Amino acid sequence: MTAMLEVKGVSRFFGGLAAVNDVSFHVNKGEILALIGPNGAGKTTLFNVVDGFYPPSRGEVLFKGQLISNRKPHQICKLGIARTFQVVKPLQRMSVLDNVIASAFLRSKNKSEAQDIAVETMKFTDLYDDKDVISKSLPLGKRKRLEIARALATRPEMLLLDESFAGLNHAELNVSIEIIRKIKEKGITIMIIEHHMKVIMAISDRIVVLSYGEKLAEGTPAEIRENPAVIEAYLGEAQNA
Amino acid sequence: MDLKKYAPFIILGLLALLPLTGISTYMLHVLIIVIMWSVIGMAWNLLGGYCGQVSFGHAAFFGMGAYTAGLLYEKLGMSAWWGLPISVPVVTVFALVMGFIFLRLRGPFFALGTLAMGVILRITAENLTGFTGGDLGIMIRERTWVDKTWYFYIILILAAVTYYVIKKVVESKLGYYFVAIREDQDAAESLGIDTTLYKTIALCLSAVITGLAGAFYMNYMGYIDPKVVFALHDISVVTIMVVMVGGVATFSGPIIGALIMVLLAEVIRSIPKLGMAHHTFFGILLIVIIIFLPNGIAGDWPKLKKIFAKGKTA
Ligand SMILES: Nc1ncnc2c1ncn2[C@@H]1O[C@H](COP(=O)(O)OP(=O)(O)OP(=O)(O)O)[C@@H](O)[C@H]1O
Ligand SMILES: [Mg+2]
Repeated sequence: MTAMLEVKGVSRFFGGLAAVNDVSFHVNKGEILALIGPNGAGKTTLFNVVDGFYPPSRGEVLFKGQLISNRKPHQICKLGIARTFQVVKPLQRMSVLDNVIASAFLRSKNKSEAQDIAVETMKFTDLYDDKDVISKSLPLGKRKRLEIARALATRPEMLLLDESFAGLNHAELNVSIEIIRKIKEKGITIMIIEHHMKVIMAISDRIVVLSYGEKLAEGTPAEIRENPAVIEAYLGEAQNA
Repeated sequence: MDLKKYAPFIILGLLALLPLTGISTYMLHVLIIVIMWSVIGMAWNLLGGYCGQVSFGHAAFFGMGAYTAGLLYEKLGMSAWWGLPISVPVVTVFALVMGFIFLRLRGPFFALGTLAMGVILRITAENLTGFTGGDLGIMIRERTWVDKTWYFYIILILAAVTYYVIKKVVESKLGYYFVAIREDQDAAESLGIDTTLYKTIALCLSAVITGLAGAFYMNYMGYIDPKVVFALHDISVVTIMVVMVGGVATFSGPIIGALIMVLLAEVIRSIPKLGMAHHTFFGILLIVIIIFLPNGIAGDWPKLKKIFAKGKTA
């Protein structure tokens, strides 16, 4: 297996705070890698470094062997990495359809092609019935899904999902898990941040655990479940909560 | 339904016939000004309404277009009409420089930057007396036409082309990108949109169209000076009002807004004593619009229709 994404000794400081501290790992082509860790562990910051919103303070990120940590978000998206935001960022006063069309233009020659990609993506993410809804008035569950749809419409090779399951009810959760499975079947590599342990254990191939900005552990779901450091830092806390 | 689609053509056709009806010179003048403001409003709307980059300095582009025309006449002895084509590259270069400096600023900072730019240009034009003639301005001594008819057709064509171009742009990929940037710049970046590039495109288009209106103004009025064409109140702020009154991010908004603002200004100015206070009236109008019709007349049309319908039945 070839590494799709390599994170090499990445640190990101905010003033004196090391939000991410010397973290290294890689994501294999076609796998689902979960990034877990307590609140404030630096997971979102790491996403922001990978997709170009923050340049790393140290270290580098490679995508398919190519250095990307000096590039802007739109360039990285064009190279094939799409992301969702933990705090959803719908294009508020646009309809769901127009949101997805706007992102589908990246790989389209004209509007009708963009429209086709958008419709296909909305059907895939089960949003087609809401296509004319103004995204501002969409309920949270669907807004989370709109983030996924929009990211998919850029036709990525790799998808970064930041807590796409947070705040979903049981039914919505199942819909979303099914969508993630289908995305994997398409051959898209996924890196996912998630607090929902059941979901993580069920869908991920490998897990990287962050705590206070540092990598605490890395392994298969079974290995992570047994890791005493992880249990102490994270799972124990989650189980008590 | 079809009526809506053909409305722009019908309006254009009717307007084109208007000079044949023996309309008074004064009315024709008012119409020319209305149409010129529609052009400026449409231009501002592209950048401010669709792309979300609110400019408080569109007088900079207007004045630059006007001075391009004026200086070609004054310094090179060319017809000031050359100002129309030549203002395009001049204003584009200026907008590129301005975009490079200000488009990295977001929201209110961009607005303040453009505001400063307008003021800087006015002061520069006032003080470069050797080049611009300073406060004395520029006067075209031999007017192309005494009659206003041809001026009317020229501005009408400019407006029709502007309307068409902006409609095409807004309905294309560019339009989607502009609105995406307006709604959320980070989201737009993450969707692969080069936000700096597309904001620059919006700025250049908007600036060039405004500059064309300025070049027309020089030809039509025959006289400009820095206080008039680089005016903060009478150009930059009125531009924003035209769009806000008519309806931000709508096709017809700037046209409706221009009609209302110009007619209102004419009416207010004709009232003795009160005439001087037209800025006050505009200020009050703006406040009323922001509170009751935040989307302007075109944007809040359904709301207005409901109010009128109620008024009739009551
Ligand atoms: N732009 C920023 N400026 C300053 N500090 C920041 C910034 N972004 C994140 N931080 C800090 O970096 C640390 C890591 O934050 P981050 O959002 O990456 O955590 P997270 O693992 O995603 O947490 P959560 O599970 O709550 O989403 C936190 O202490 C946060 O306050
Ligand atoms: Mg986070």
